Amino acid sequence: MPDLERFRAETRAWLEANCPEEMRRPMKGENDAVWGGRKAVFESEAQKTWLDRMASKGWTVPEWPVAYGGGGLSKAEAKVLREEMGRIKARSPLMSFGIWMLGPALLKYGNEDQKLEHLPKIARGEIRWAQGYSEPNAGSDLAALMTKCEDKGDHYLVNGQKIWTSYADQADWIFVLVRTDFTAKKHEGISFILVDMDQPGVTTKPIKLISGKSPFCETFFDDARAEKKNLVGELNKGWTIAKYLLTHEREMIGGTGAGSGAMRPMGDVAIQQVGLNEHGQLADPVLRTDVARAEIDGLAFLSTLERVTEEAKSGQGVGANSSMLKYYGTELNKRRLELMMDGSGHDGLEWDGDGDVARHWLRTKANSIEGGTSEVQLNIISKRILDLPSA
Amino acid sequence: MAMLLNEEQGMLKDAAKGYLKTSAPISQLRKLRDAESADGFDRKTWKDMAEMGWASVLVPEDHGGVAMGHVAAGVIAEEMGRTLTASPFLSTAILGATALTRFGSEAQKAEYLPRLAAGDFLTALAVDETHKHNPSSVTTTAQRSGNGFKLDGRKSFVAEGHIADMLIVSARTAGADGEPEGITLFLVPREAAGVSVERASMIDSRNSAAITLEGVEVTADAVLGEVDGGYTALEAVLDAGRAGLAAEMSGSAQECLGQTLAYLRERKQFGEIIGTYQALQHRAAHLYTEIELGKSIVLKALQTLDMAPDHAAMMVSAAKSKLGQVAQLSAREAIQMHGGIGMTDEYDIGFFIKRVRVAEALYGDANYHTDKFARLRKY
Repeated sequence: MPDLERFRAETRAWLEANCPEEMRRPMKGENDAVWGGRKAVFESEAQKTWLDRMASKGWTVPEWPVAYGGGGLSKAEAKVLREEMGRIKARSPLMSFGIWMLGPALLKYGNEDQKLEHLPKIARGEIRWAQGYSEPNAGSDLAALMTKCEDKGDHYLVNGQKIWTSYADQADWIFVLVRTDFTAKKHEGISFILVDMDQPGVTTKPIKLISGKSPFCETFFDDARAEKKNLVGELNKGWTIAKYLLTHEREMIGGTGAGSGAMRPMGDVAIQQVGLNEHGQLADPVLRTDVARAEIDGLAFLSTLERVTEEAKSGQGVGANSSMLKYYGTELNKRRLELMMDGSGHDGLEWDGDGDVARHWLRTKANSIEGGTSEVQLNIISKRILDLPSA
Repeated sequence: MAMLLNEEQGMLKDAAKGYLKTSAPISQLRKLRDAESADGFDRKTWKDMAEMGWASVLVPEDHGGVAMGHVAAGVIAEEMGRTLTASPFLSTAILGATALTRFGSEAQKAEYLPRLAAGDFLTALAVDETHKHNPSSVTTTAQRSGNGFKLDGRKSFVAEGHIADMLIVSARTAGADGEPEGITLFLVPREAAGVSVERASMIDSRNSAAITLEGVEVTADAVLGEVDGGYTALEAVLDAGRAGLAAEMSGSAQECLGQTLAYLRERKQFGEIIGTYQALQHRAAHLYTEIELGKSIVLKALQTLDMAPDHAAMMVSAAKSKLGQVAQLSAREAIQMHGGIGMTDEYDIGFFIKRVRVAEALYGDANYHTDKFARLRKY
């Protein structure tokens, strides 16, 4: 038996034996996800069991090296694992900005001590990370950030304010973009630093959004302390890391355009919402056209995700195409929720009505803002892919 | 299946790109148009294509073909979309080859496929009768007559109709207009008695004709596939063509963007290169994104035709719908971003908006395929 087929057979057997039944059913809502961390809340014993078992194999981060808590799998093996998890509809054991964002940055730019210190805790879901990027006056123009980081000899002192820090009120550590040189050009005075949030100098305040929910916070740094060893990469070279990490973030957010596996196809939702006429067609003919177009665009987007991912694996690189995915995926997701609202009619206008559609609809408006606005993505595509000149 | 071209397909792409750029560029179409060419395509070019295996890309090896599949056919069509090369490739190498290979009898395959593969036998699909594509709307009749059938009716918008050796005609042997049941496909020689061909002058300078059938006698051997059950075959043949057209439109859309970007990088107004203006950058970047999505859905549709041809209808309609919209967007944006020069006949961009309009309408426009997609999705 070829190695990969043997791996598939072993993986299938292990998953069958170790994935609790409950973890093979779709999540009941966003609260049903496991995010880990010191303040982790498990909705069920099965969630904890599943996380622990997967973490023991290193399969929360299958492609990371074993030394850092990963599974040490090749890309091909990781694909097999994904396929086999998909086969039994196994849930992802751990949602984590550590896995999606900080991990890849540390693997590329961190030193050995930093990798050994932080990556295994991310892999096991022991530490939950937040992202400290945007500031009130540094949104699209992120490099204008002013959070101050001073060298105090044996440690750094951080002062300033971050905004749109997702779930910061539930996080343990935060990776922060700080200004370490106020005299240099704006991209050249930025550093990337890791800060333990369990100290009086770091406080968070949730921001209530138009959806009524508060997935984001403001995070304040008042003489917060950061250890010297927690500077990632070189001093004043943080912008490179910031951009690299943003690429991962964009891929993640852009992926929402494909819809999560648990999301029902729009056409099926519309049938339920407005019903079919005597010709077996959606009773609202304009909605029917819009839904069909959006489903077609959804298929084209999924195919593009697949193609771009495979081109990246064959060495052609995702690079700036992550901006394309982020742009289209988020705009498509907004369209999807507009159509859901159209189909819901009056029911969708009530808070908590019709599957909470209004809150979802309102939440999607942030998709094309967070992680770089659609307009910023178009700027990146123009410059880096289309090679159009700058003014 | 990997969403990438394999090595063989990649080599074919490079070869097609190289050949078409040097031997059959847009200037060739312009010359054919200006000379009011009787053929509407260059026979030497077509012979070259046959020698390179393009005519036989979908013909099985035991009938003299290279049998590279729909992805490969799409690769060629896409490159032709870049150069707007006029050729019988769609009608013969995609539609004719698919019809004969998948639904022809052994005798029909043996008789026609080797000649088709060699580039010596051209076919045309005579399907539409009204001003919009609707393959079940068939009023052309085929009545039993002795050992065969007698055909009467009129077909329009028949691509390559006036140069084809053989017409593939949908006719009604039973049922009523609009019903899929009762349709039969016939192989009718263009030179047969009672066939009259009226060449149309099309905006894209490509070949199209109206065909009138008056008491055209054919034998039972002329039936392609099953009597009364031809609709399934017709849809399968059309889907191959639709995917090919989507690939062609993808190539045209990419070329329009490419030429537009080149223009944005050199044209100056208000003392600046106009490509520095964000208003234009964002239009170009949006167009790029739409085109990338188009490329992906086309590849998906072509791969599905190769892997599971009987389950490809939905993906093909998605691709034809999407590319109809994307290619037209690209052609429109190209003209707008070129400004006044884009409106001139001297400039090539105008050729694209015209061809894309025709390719979009051929075998179902974006509206048709959006509706069909919804029907297949059961809403």
